[in-house]
Amino acid sequence: MNQIAETMSTTPRNPAEYRSRVQPIWCPGCGDYSVLLEITKALAALELPPEQVAIVSGIGCSSRFPAYSNCYGFHGIHGRALPLATGLKVARPELTVITTGGDGDGFSIGGNHFLHACRRNVDITYIVMDNQVYGMTKGQASPTTDPDWDSVLTPGGTGIRPFQPLVIALASGANFVARAFAGDPEGTTQIIIEGIKHPGFSFIQILSPCVTFRPEQREWRNQVRPAPVPTTGDPSVAAKRIMTDDGFNLGILYAGDRPSYQTGLKDGSMPASELGREFVL
Amino acid sequence: MQKTSMSIAVVGSGGAGSITAGNLLLEAAARSGSYGILTRSVGPQIRGGEAAALIRLSSEPIDSICDSYDILLALDWKNADRFAAELPMGPHSLIITDPEQGAIPAVIGGSGAQVRELPIGKLAKSINKGRPNMIALGVLAEVLSIPRESIKAVLTKQLGDKGEQVLQSSMDTVTAGMTAAQDIAKQPLPKSNGSGSGHWLITGNQATGLGAVRAGVRFVAAYPITPATEVLEWLATALQKVGGKLVQAEDELASVNMIIGASYGGIPSLTATSGPGLSLMMEGLGLAVSAEVPIVVVDVMRVGPSTGIATKAEQSDLNIALYGLHGDAPHLVLAPVSITDCLFTAQWSVYLAEAMQVPAILLSDQYLGQAMAIIEPPEAVNFKAARSIAQHSDGEYLRYADTGNGISPMAIPGTPGQQYTADGLEHSMAGTPSTRAEDHALQMDKRQRKLDKFDYGDYWAEIEGAGAHAIITWGSTTGAVREALGRLRAEGIDDIRMVAMRLLSPAQPGKFRQTMAGVSKVLVIEQSHSGQFYKYLRAHYDLPGESELFHRAGPLLLRPGETADQIRHWRQA
Repeated sequence: MNQIAETMSTTPRNPAEYRSRVQPIWCPGCGDYSVLLEITKALAALELPPEQVAIVSGIGCSSRFPAYSNCYGFHGIHGRALPLATGLKVARPELTVITTGGDGDGFSIGGNHFLHACRRNVDITYIVMDNQVYGMTKGQASPTTDPDWDSVLTPGGTGIRPFQPLVIALASGANFVARAFAGDPEGTTQIIIEGIKHPGFSFIQILSPCVTFRPEQREWRNQVRPAPVPTTGDPSVAAKRIMTDDGFNLGILYAGDRPSYQTGLKDGSMPASELGREFVL
Repeated sequence: MQKTSMSIAVVGSGGAGSITAGNLLLEAAARSGSYGILTRSVGPQIRGGEAAALIRLSSEPIDSICDSYDILLALDWKNADRFAAELPMGPHSLIITDPEQGAIPAVIGGSGAQVRELPIGKLAKSINKGRPNMIALGVLAEVLSIPRESIKAVLTKQLGDKGEQVLQSSMDTVTAGMTAAQDIAKQPLPKSNGSGSGHWLITGNQATGLGAVRAGVRFVAAYPITPATEVLEWLATALQKVGGKLVQAEDELASVNMIIGASYGGIPSLTATSGPGLSLMMEGLGLAVSAEVPIVVVDVMRVGPSTGIATKAEQSDLNIALYGLHGDAPHLVLAPVSITDCLFTAQWSVYLAEAMQVPAILLSDQYLGQAMAIIEPPEAVNFKAARSIAQHSDGEYLRYADTGNGISPMAIPGTPGQQYTADGLEHSMAGTPSTRAEDHALQMDKRQRKLDKFDYGDYWAEIEGAGAHAIITWGSTTGAVREALGRLRAEGIDDIRMVAMRLLSPAQPGKFRQTMAGVSKVLVIEQSHSGQFYKYLRAHYDLPGESELFHRAGPLLLRPGETADQIRHWRQA
């Protein structure tokens, strides 16, 4: 928060300042286009200079995100965006670090890092564009896919209960847990703004339809609704709500006040040249 | 004639204190002017397994383990068969044993060594809070003629904060051991003329950490693994002193990506691991090649494959370090040639990685890493991380510009106007993802050119001696080779040169050719089952004349005597 206040400029920023000239590879109608716009709007609203923002991702459709922004970016390897972002944020705490990715990248191959990033509670905002499918590899079941969803790789469905990212985030210690819908520009932008501002690890699941492999997700716009209750700071209340809702309640479902992981390189008083003294007889 | 070196083993089950006694003895010897090395032979158990302190003391600096043991003192014989193969002895050897602990196992007693029984346990019990390992320390101090005051000085340093009583009972126990050993024939400590003042007492893992910090590493991600953990533990404290940060990661996939993230942020970064962890880090290393992010990964090699033997050394990660990355992925591979050299090579590795914006894998091993050595103070060198940084400009920034030396200035996040995306995808000079053949060709050439055009000076190898015969070796094996060649020189054989390679990738065929001028015969010496180093040499270098290979898998390290025999035999053939 302090860093954000200090870097505020007097001229309002335009969301277009945060877009690069690179054209996304996404399919027409992909929810990720909306998320790109929503993130740039949030950054503009926060008046963050683009060079003070780093967007880090892994692999997948939504992980292509960094190249489409005009911030510093790192498009890393599959599943490892969170540790990379953690290293960057710990070494350079004055930067605003955002991690973007999809449900396969974050919850399957990157699942262990997701748990430990929540636990570690470094001040990073993690935005997962969840479309319940591996899109880039042309339509396989992801951890959030329903068990009976038929695919070439898993005929008749996986038969496996879907992963519950918000419950897991909460149980693992994330300090901010929210659900948004790509097709809700104002609500999503506001949630992203709040997520970036909130200290500690902020996890935002954005339901982002894959119109190519999950065309039925076009119906999501008729299913989502604002959560009928205000944000809670009580994890047990939040857990009950998240575990019993139908996955379409939108909003900030939990905002806690757990202290963030201590970032920054600690100052030392000893010159490195003197460090060998402990070995001298 | 007084020997120039002698070797002592203190064995016992884990928890009996043999390693503690060994460490105290080593330090007391150091303070008497000796050089030396202490290696630990331990099983995987934290307590109750086998544990031996294997100490070699010398009047001159040494890099190698001994040929055989002069004294073996056993606190007990539990599980002694597990390390018997690591304890060669002969009729010249003396076994000091406590009859209460039962008979000497045949694998050890069969060496023809002389045996001296001492009631170590009983003596310890006779003293309030006396421990058998302190009796052992007293016995060995007496036999080696180390003054009681030297032992006291070391104990005071070790136990000072535990109070006067603890120190007194330990000293009483040591004294009882000294008294009990008075009639054992003395084998005076080999030592230099000095007092040892100014010598260093350090492990290779500590030296590796020190080199890294001296070069400017200020961020470390850590996942514990034997035998690399001490690099990380030492750095944790060191970074608190000089500034910086260590983060404990959830696994090695995380640790390598954390250091990539921190280094992308402009901070020289490192992690340390062993074979299993290095396997997990391969994809991250490839990312660092593609995105051109400097990192250093220290691999303290242990016996493989798979979990292998975690507590023992082997030089068998060379292949994965050189070739484990998918795609064509030019990167640095380096290896220290001695415990002392862990400092230099770590420092140089950080410098090179930073200068070329490339990952470096530093191949240490369990012997170099965990051995505690008394060494001459290492020469301070001036290698410091100095990355080419892009400054703020209003023009278009090309992160991966095609420069003459392949190195393109790197923008550090926070710098206005230079935003770019680092990427594991192939990219254009601007960093934009690209599937174009011409972009791939250009970036491949650039990444290779960085390494090919760099001036590595004379540090690529340690070269000693001259003549028509050449030994080529690397890493910890260098110690045994160096000592073997010293012995052969003493016999008048001085037509053998040694090339111990420090820089393994990129290969240096031009420098090698010059070095090998006049050589007609080559012997390659290494510690791997399949001859990984030999095959690497055959692939990248022209070996003059006939070449042969002397090798074996770990965990039994090459000894200088057997190495000298092999060299003698090869030279005459």
